[in-house]
Amino acid sequence: MKPVIDIHEIKKIYHVGEIEVNALRGVDLAVHTGDFVAIMGASGSGKSTLMNLIGCLDEPTSGQYFLDGVNVSALSRNEYADIRNQKIGFVFQGFNLLSRTTALENVELPLFYDRTHRIKDPKKAAEEALERVGLADRMDHVPNQLSGGQQQRVAIARALVNRPSILLADEPTGNLDSRTSVEVMSVFQELNAQGITIILVTHEHDISLYTSRIVEMRDGRIRNDGPVETRLSAGDILAQMKEEDECCN
Amino acid sequence: MLQLKNLLKAAFNSIMKNRMRSLLTSLGIIIGVSAVIVMVGIGSGSQKRIAQEISSFGNNMIMVFPSFSQRGGVSRGAGSFNRMTMDDVKAIREQATLVEYVSGIVMSGGQVIGNGNNWNTNIQGVEPDYLKIRVWKIKSGEFFDDRDVRSHKKVAVLGQTVAENLFGNMDPVGQKIRIRSVPFKVIGVLEKKGQDARGQDQDDIILAPSTTVLYRLKGDRYINMINASSYSIDTIDKAQQEVTEILRHQHKLDYGQENDFMVANQSSVTEMASATSRIMTMLLGAVAAVSLIVGGIGIMNIMLVSVTERTREIGIRMSVGARGSDILTQFLMEAVVLSLSGGIIGILLSAGIALILNTWTDIYTLIEPVIVILSVTFSGAVGIFFGFYPARKAAGLNPIEALRYE
Repeated sequence: MKPVIDIHEIKKIYHVGEIEVNALRGVDLAVHTGDFVAIMGASGSGKSTLMNLIGCLDEPTSGQYFLDGVNVSALSRNEYADIRNQKIGFVFQGFNLLSRTTALENVELPLFYDRTHRIKDPKKAAEEALERVGLADRMDHVPNQLSGGQQQRVAIARALVNRPSILLADEPTGNLDSRTSVEVMSVFQELNAQGITIILVTHEHDISLYTSRIVEMRDGRIRNDGPVETRLSAGDILAQMKEEDECCN
Repeated sequence: MLQLKNLLKAAFNSIMKNRMRSLLTSLGIIIGVSAVIVMVGIGSGSQKRIAQEISSFGNNMIMVFPSFSQRGGVSRGAGSFNRMTMDDVKAIREQATLVEYVSGIVMSGGQVIGNGNNWNTNIQGVEPDYLKIRVWKIKSGEFFDDRDVRSHKKVAVLGQTVAENLFGNMDPVGQKIRIRSVPFKVIGVLEKKGQDARGQDQDDIILAPSTTVLYRLKGDRYINMINASSYSIDTIDKAQQEVTEILRHQHKLDYGQENDFMVANQSSVTEMASATSRIMTMLLGAVAAVSLIVGGIGIMNIMLVSVTERTREIGIRMSVGARGSDILTQFLMEAVVLSLSGGIIGILLSAGIALILNTWTDIYTLIEPVIVILSVTFSGAVGIFFGFYPARKAAGLNPIEALRYE
C-alpha cells in the first residue's frame, strides 16, 4: 500500500541573521493510512520543524515530500494553502481558536476557505464534527466559556471537519492537566480506531504510549522508529481514574 | 474567489465584535463626510441665496454709472466728472430698441419730517419705469407718472421703513411731509423689499420724481445713475452695447476715446457673485476633504493595530487554508465596510445638521445629491486606499510566525 506521507532526504536550514541553523539534516519518513504516530524529542531536535513541513506550513530547503502521492515540494504558496485546507487538520498546543466566536463558527472556519465546495452543508458538517468529539451541547459557547479540554476538542472538531487525509497535533496535551490529557488522548484513539491517520508531536513519554508508533528525533535526524510495545488504552485509564475517585470519596 | 457574501459577513462580524473600536474608527469618516456635505451645502446654499437676491434686485437690469474722465492724461478719480444728465436718459428712451424700461436716478438724503416725527433717510429721484426695472410694487396709493416728472411735482412714495417710522400704523397716503424743509405730498407706499445682498435695508427710502429731486432738492444738473432693463436676459449684452453707443454719441466721444461712464449688467454681476461664492464653496469643501483624509489615516492606523493584534487570528485562518488573497480581501473589506458605514452615518448626521441650520439659524444649507454620492464614493475609496497597506501586511504574514505570535 502506498503511504499517505512519503518523505525523502528532507533538509531544512533556517537563517537567523548570519547564522545557519540546520533544523533538519536529512529525514526519511513514511506514514501509512490508519497509523497513529508520535514524534518525540527534546526541544531543538527538529520535531516541530518536521511537523510544520508535513503540515505544509513551511517549505523544505531540499528533499521531496509526497502527500497522497502528490509532490508537495514543488507547489506555490496558494497551493500550500489549499492543501492545508483540504488534506490536513491541525491541532495546536494553545488550541488556537478564534476568540469571541462560537464553537460552531470555529469549526466551520476551514469550510469557509474551501474552494472545492465538496461539503454542501457547512453548518451540518460542523455540527457532526462537534458531535464526534462529544460537544453537541456546547456548540454556541465561545472559547472562554469552555474548559481547556473542551477547547481542545473544539480544535479537534475543526481539524476533522474538512475530512482531511491526516490529522496533525502539535503538543495537544501541553496545556492540559493529566486527566484532561487522557480525555483528549481517548478522543484521538477513538478517531484513529475509525481509520483516521494521526501524527502527534510530544515530549511526554506517557502520552506517546497511547499511540501505535514512536519516532524519536535528535539533532535534526530520526534516531529511533518503532511500534509501541505496550499500548495504553485511554478509555481504560479513564475508567480506572473514575473508580479511584469513587473509592476515595 | 470566495463568495462576496461570506467575506462581507466575516468583515461585519469582526466589526461587530469590536463595536467601540469600530465606532471610534468610523468617527473620523463620519465627521469628515458630514463636514464635507455641510460645508459644501452652506456654500451652495449661500450661492443660491445670492443669486436669488440679485434677481430680486431687478429684472434684466443694466446699470450705468458716471466714471472718471481723463483729460491730458490726468485721471480725476471715479465720479469726479459727473456728466450724466436727464438728456442721456431721454436719448436712451428714444433711441434704444432693445431697452424696455429706463430711469434716471438721482440720489440724495436728509432729514424728513412728517406726522410730528422725523427720520433721516435716502431720497431717490426716479422715473415711473423704475418700479418695473426693480420689480417693485406699490402697497397702497399710487406711483407718480410722466406728467409729474415733467412738472417737477413735489410728490413722494415712501418705503416701508420710512412709513413705519413717521406714521406708525397710520396710512401715510395723502399726508404731507417735509424733506429738508421742502413740502411733499405722500401719494403711495411701497411694498416691503427686505435687505439687499449687502444687508442694506432697501425699504429705508423715499422715491420722488427725478426732476423734483434734481432741481428742487439738489439744485444740480447731473444724475447719479441710470437704470435700464432689456426685454430679455438673452439680449442683455446687446442692450448694454446699445446703451453704451448711445451714451458715447451723447457725450460726443471720438473713436479711441475712453467711456466717461461705466456700464454693468445684472448677469455679469450675478456671475461675479456666484464665482466668488463658488470659490468659497470649493475652499470650504477642500478644508472638509482634508478632515476626510485625516479620517482615512485613522482607519489605516486602527487597521494596522488590528493586524498586529490579530496576527494570531491570521495565523489560525492561514493554518486552516486561507490564502494570502483571502486575508487581504477580508481586511480590505473591513476597512471599506468601516469607512462606508461611516460615510452613511455621516450623511445622516449632515442631513440632521442641515435641518437644524435651516430651521434655527439664518444659514441656508442646500444639500445636493451629487455631493452626497461623491462623498460616499470618496469615503469608500478612502477605505480601499488606507486599508490596502495594512491588508497587504496581513496577507504577507508567514503562517508559522503568525501562529507563534503572542
